[in-house]
Amino acid sequence: MTVLLAFAAAFLFATGTWLLLQRRLSRILIGIGLVGHGSNILLLTSGGPSGVAPIIGSAPAVDFSDPLPQALALTSIVITFGVTAFLLALGYRSWRITHDDVVEDDVEDRFIARRRSEDHIVSDTEDAARAQAAEEDRL
Amino acid sequence: MNALIPLPVILPILGAALCVIAARSRTVQRVLSLAVLTTNVVVSVILLIRVDDDGIGVTQAGGWRAPLGITLVVDRLAAVMLVVSSLMLLSVLIYAIGQREEEARFAAFNPVYLVLAAGVSASFITGDLFNLFVAFEMMLVASYVLLTLGGRPGQVRSGMSYVVISLIASTFFITALALIYAATGTVNMAQLSERIPELPSGVQVGFSLLLILVFGIKAGVFPLFFWLPDSYPTAPGAITAVFAGLLTKVGVYAIIRSQTLLFPPDAQQGTVLLVIAGFTMVVGVLGALAQDDLRRMLSFHIVSHIGYMIFGLALFTIAGIAAAVFYVVHHIVVKTALFLVAGLVEHRAGSDRLSRVGGLVRSAPMIAVLFAFPALSIAGLPPFSGFVGKFGLVSAGIDSTDWVIVAVSLLVSLLTMYVMGRIWSDVFWGEPEDPEVVEWMETDASRVPWLMTSATAAVVVMSLLLMVFAGPLYSYAERTAAELLHPEIYVESVLGEGS
Repeated sequence: MTVLLAFAAAFLFATGTWLLLQRRLSRILIGIGLVGHGSNILLLTSGGPSGVAPIIGSAPAVDFSDPLPQALALTSIVITFGVTAFLLALGYRSWRITHDDVVEDDVEDRFIARRRSEDHIVSDTEDAARAQAAEEDRL
Repeated sequence: MNALIPLPVILPILGAALCVIAARSRTVQRVLSLAVLTTNVVVSVILLIRVDDDGIGVTQAGGWRAPLGITLVVDRLAAVMLVVSSLMLLSVLIYAIGQREEEARFAAFNPVYLVLAAGVSASFITGDLFNLFVAFEMMLVASYVLLTLGGRPGQVRSGMSYVVISLIASTFFITALALIYAATGTVNMAQLSERIPELPSGVQVGFSLLLILVFGIKAGVFPLFFWLPDSYPTAPGAITAVFAGLLTKVGVYAIIRSQTLLFPPDAQQGTVLLVIAGFTMVVGVLGALAQDDLRRMLSFHIVSHIGYMIFGLALFTIAGIAAAVFYVVHHIVVKTALFLVAGLVEHRAGSDRLSRVGGLVRSAPMIAVLFAFPALSIAGLPPFSGFVGKFGLVSAGIDSTDWVIVAVSLLVSLLTMYVMGRIWSDVFWGEPEDPEVVEWMETDASRVPWLMTSATAAVVVMSLLLMVFAGPLYSYAERTAAELLHPEIYVESVLGEGS
């Protein structure tokens, strides 16, 4: 059982990591979900072998499964759920703005890099240059 | 005293709930938030005084004994962080109210800001590694909302990378927690401090590095800092100041806490941290040099100064850690002041681009004065608090004969001076280079509200007080360091009654 869970966690981590490295936000989101599940399964298995439900009086204490990791996993599931919902809303907002779900480059960063290579840009064309930098990066 | 310990977390949460109920009235929200944060300052100061006199304060929420219940611990390090953070949160809130932008436009601002305050306090006082995770999440979720408040395209873009990177760090944290629990059977920090040394040394080093990775992402150390200069500048003005001052320092706090408390000396990653510190300092300051946007420049600059704090910790001597603690306190105050001034500049000149703004020393002499003090302090000029901190770090480095890092820190200090000089000569000297800026500065809208100026002035005065009271503060930092290097005191205070 624990071996199976360990393999499940490893599989989730592997696929999740691959998805996280993609450029599209929808894939990143699924990736975060998978990696999150992987770590939750890991948390669950950290309590050792499974046993009966830990209710005092229902069984001898040695047969209980460790309730703490379950509580921790539950907390972390709730947190991941909330944050994923926020990220979805953010992604929707981004889609409304750009009509695309590719995570864009840091425009200012590109601009600074370009400015260094082209040496000098006069101040009133700066905005134009910045917009152009953004446009070229999107293509 | 122990009844006071949960207040810095409970009060802001209650305040946030009441602020949501009072969403219709901005006045009620403001009164509530200001009252809560002022009470927090008072409570933190009382805690600081009591902890310094009577030793570590511990409280068990719900009355469950230490390893089982929710343990809240205030030691000297947590107390001083609480005081500084509550002072900054209060000043920045006053600034935000004066600014009449995001705070006035969004009913969500006040409640979310209070949740952020609760998260920051909870990270400092928790005595449990899992609750540290929960506190981080509380703080981060609030910061996601504040960062993207307004939903402008730039904010959404940088907000996404900020949220994604923070989520990845959180996943690493959960993974680390799972592995640590599997190996030790506890997440209580005091108990971990007893059980981790019994593990095989390879496992100890693995945990140590994993936690450095997790907290390093939050603290913004090399090579994990890339999200910071991208996302911070896009946040609303006042919010950037609080992020810059506090959030990365919570990461630094967690690194200091986990390294000193959880791991025995042979699993502490001194050399790794020294290398990280060196690269963080150099890369941060070089990044700052290349920027044209004032807030971006200051953001890169945060990264560089995180390196100094890690450098102090990495020595693992009383002198080194004392200097690091002093430096953290100094940096929170001074960096918040600089970002608040950047907000003033943007308000006055309508832009915070170095290439556009100029001549503020004549048109806004007050802003120039408010910039000059923290700038000189962060550059490490005597007699300012930055000098005291850097002097402490360098002399601790010399005592430990780590010459390379001493040389790097001195060089970076010079470059910091150059960065601040560039801001001064571009923004405050000369003439405004952009006709739009000249035009904007003649309009009424460019006048800075007095509340913004006075909130900034208050933070600048606090940074000067750090210089005046550097002596007592430094000896407090030394007592803190002594306490941190003897984790058995902490363990005894938490588990004492039970075991």
